[in-house]
Amino acid sequence: MGAQLRVYKRRIKSVTATKKITKAMEMIAASRIVKAQRKVAASTPYATELTRAVTAVATGSNTNHPLTTETDTPTRAAVLLITSDRGLAGGYSSNAIKAADQLTGRLRGEGKEVDTYIVGRKGVAYYGFRERKVAESWTGFTDSPSYADAKKVAAPLIEAVTTETAEGGVDELHIVFTEFVSMMTQTPVQNRMLPLSLDKAAEEAGTKGDILPLFDFEPSAEDVLDALLPRYVESRIYNALLQAAASEHAARRRAMKSATDNAGDLINSLSRLANAARQAEITQEISEIVGGASALADATAGSDK
Amino acid sequence: MAAELHVELVAADRSVWSGGATLVIARTTSGDIGVMPGHQPLLGVLESGPVTIRTSEGGTVVAAVHGGFITFADNKLSLLAEIVELAEEIDPQRAERALERAKAESDAAAERRADVRLRAVAVR
Repeated sequence: MGAQLRVYKRRIKSVTATKKITKAMEMIAASRIVKAQRKVAASTPYATELTRAVTAVATGSNTNHPLTTETDTPTRAAVLLITSDRGLAGGYSSNAIKAADQLTGRLRGEGKEVDTYIVGRKGVAYYGFRERKVAESWTGFTDSPSYADAKKVAAPLIEAVTTETAEGGVDELHIVFTEFVSMMTQTPVQNRMLPLSLDKAAEEAGTKGDILPLFDFEPSAEDVLDALLPRYVESRIYNALLQAAASEHAARRRAMKSATDNAGDLINSLSRLANAARQAEITQEISEIVGGASALADATAGSDK
Repeated sequence: MAAELHVELVAADRSVWSGGATLVIARTTSGDIGVMPGHQPLLGVLESGPVTIRTSEGGTVVAAVHGGFITFADNKLSLLAEIVELAEEIDPQRAERALERAKAESDAAAERRADVRLRAVAVR
């Protein structure tokens, strides 16, 4: 076998192996999207009911809870950024990070200090490499987050919000995650979670414009709100984590699909080249034989004379 | 037909039970409360404990609720909690073992959880 042909054969073999791997990853991601979507759907009733309850208390009572009232001059804000633990998902993590950078820039422009909280190894690595300060980070569960994970993430955030700003607390809580719109579209979104904007909350619960009944609060409106808001934050974070997981799998599936397609194209063009190389080798061999034979014939014809 | 209310029993990661009922008994932080159709709109904080639902078919559904909220409006009652377990889903032996273990390790949260489970099974 000629040297060139051998090189082509070797490359075809390695690309075929890569294609097998990306194909397998694509299928795994595809099966996980469905599971992740089901989890999103399963968590929706709780989130909707909770949002309705929060709206009901906040509008139905004249309580001035720190979590629902906006401060006149917010000076500190917390940003929770949700990225993935693993790569090979196209622009999934970097898009979310970009959105967070944008939000951080805007908040800084408004004169607020920004504390960053990060979920996912990719975001941690990005901030670590640039030596930016991270208030707290969590890794290891972005593939399939559980409610306990959401609670773990929510705890320090709630604490930061309830602490006085002068003592290191924050006035605002923002969350950046990738919303799962459909199998093909996932968009990074930036939401302000706290202080609660009631119009938006009502829109999410699908109760905008409805007149809410006058509730009887047990034990009191303040106590109910005190108990409700942490749960509300947890459930919102849980929902964001689940959507981010579904988006991650969808992004990975798409990235792996195009990798598989590219590998297929590469194999095609490489086998064309390999065929041409083989043919060139054969042609050369034939012309060598013919040339040798005719030289031999010439030689013998000369000796006859 | 007797008046009935619609009940949604919802946990953080799933919808546990939903259907018509004539009476729902739950324990709020200020005491036991029974909700029947036509009750005044209510929003309360639940204690960990068993919740009893008398269904419109005459049956009884008991569930262990670990904290959470009860809301009632427009004849629709929602019970929200991070963890909700139906009594028939609970394995009494396992809960018993968990209770003993929690007592041995003096883990107050685990002890309370196991206790709530056992109480829910006992009510049934």
